[in-house]
Amino acid sequence: MSLEQTHIAEMPLAAGTSGGQGTAGDYFALLKPRVMSLVIFTAIVGLFAAPGHIHPWFGFITILCIAMGAGASGALNMWYDADIDAVMARTAKRPVPSGAIAPGEALGFGLALSIASVLMLGLLVNWQSAALLAFTIFFYVVIYTIGLKRHTPQNIVIGGAAGAFPPMVAWCAVTQSVDLGSISLFLLIFMWTPPHFWSLALFRQGDYHKAGIPMLPNVAGRAETKRQIWIYSLLLVPTITLPALTGAAGILYAVGAAILTAVFLLRAFAVYRMVDDEGDVAAKKLFGFSIVWLFALFALILVERLVHLPAFASVFT
Amino acid sequence: MSDSKPVVPFSADDLKRRRRRALVMALCLAGLIILFYVSTLVKIAKMGAMQ
Repeated sequence: MSLEQTHIAEMPLAAGTSGGQGTAGDYFALLKPRVMSLVIFTAIVGLFAAPGHIHPWFGFITILCIAMGAGASGALNMWYDADIDAVMARTAKRPVPSGAIAPGEALGFGLALSIASVLMLGLLVNWQSAALLAFTIFFYVVIYTIGLKRHTPQNIVIGGAAGAFPPMVAWCAVTQSVDLGSISLFLLIFMWTPPHFWSLALFRQGDYHKAGIPMLPNVAGRAETKRQIWIYSLLLVPTITLPALTGAAGILYAVGAAILTAVFLLRAFAVYRMVDDEGDVAAKKLFGFSIVWLFALFALILVERLVHLPAFASVFT
Repeated sequence: MSDSKPVVPFSADDLKRRRRRALVMALCLAGLIILFYVSTLVKIAKMGAMQ
């Protein structure tokens, strides 16, 4: 029987458990805290990079609501994906497949948190950013988790948008609009996602195959995946210029991003030239560096705002 | 004859876990109340400053 046929509704819980016994720690794990930390960081940068002012208290509320929304998305993702999480080594110990939390509890927790995060952001900050947060949760759960993940090798290309929205939501909390600056931050994460996840998929290919997820290496082969990683890495070059050109970032970012992206390209080229029996060392290195790359680029923007460095565009005027 | 399963009482460990979970939930709710209270104060202060 395929995984798609044995879905969560019919899935038995792990032996000896009936749900309802999850600890607060299990519920915290449902929020995917590691993913949430990157979401919080990029949202903080979005908040600082946006032109305009927000009261620090409402800045805090914005970040809290975005974190709650990200956690809610994680909980709903774990509810829906419990069947495939159970067969992958990396995810088998998550609270739902391990039986600590019943699927219905994860669903209820995720829905409650989603509604609370959107309502709080709308009532306390503004409804534009709340609408964008609601769309982000919808996109991650319905478009990516339910719609794309199990059905197309392009899952993370399109689904990557969900992870790219948080700085845009924070920006919108300040400006009440979506403009070119916030779109440039969105694109930075959006274009980073494919090489990041495909390098992971190269050395976790067996796991994804076992779970029946059509990741690119399983569907199109390793050679095509390495080629796609290289193409998407090249596309990062024009993408990194956008925050500087739109005024969202300054000269420090421009210099730092150029150096970091040159290293990124070297690592991606090493993956492109990687021989398959080398133990995927180049793919592991690219995966690790890609996390540093994204963190560093957003950190540069944050530092510029905190020390009031001039915008890149103003250097030429 | 009833089809219902026999009720298994909670163990001491189960009860301890449930108590701790209830406590965390209560703290979250208290935090939410404080959050809305402070937000109201900040909004009132902002309105006062504008006038």
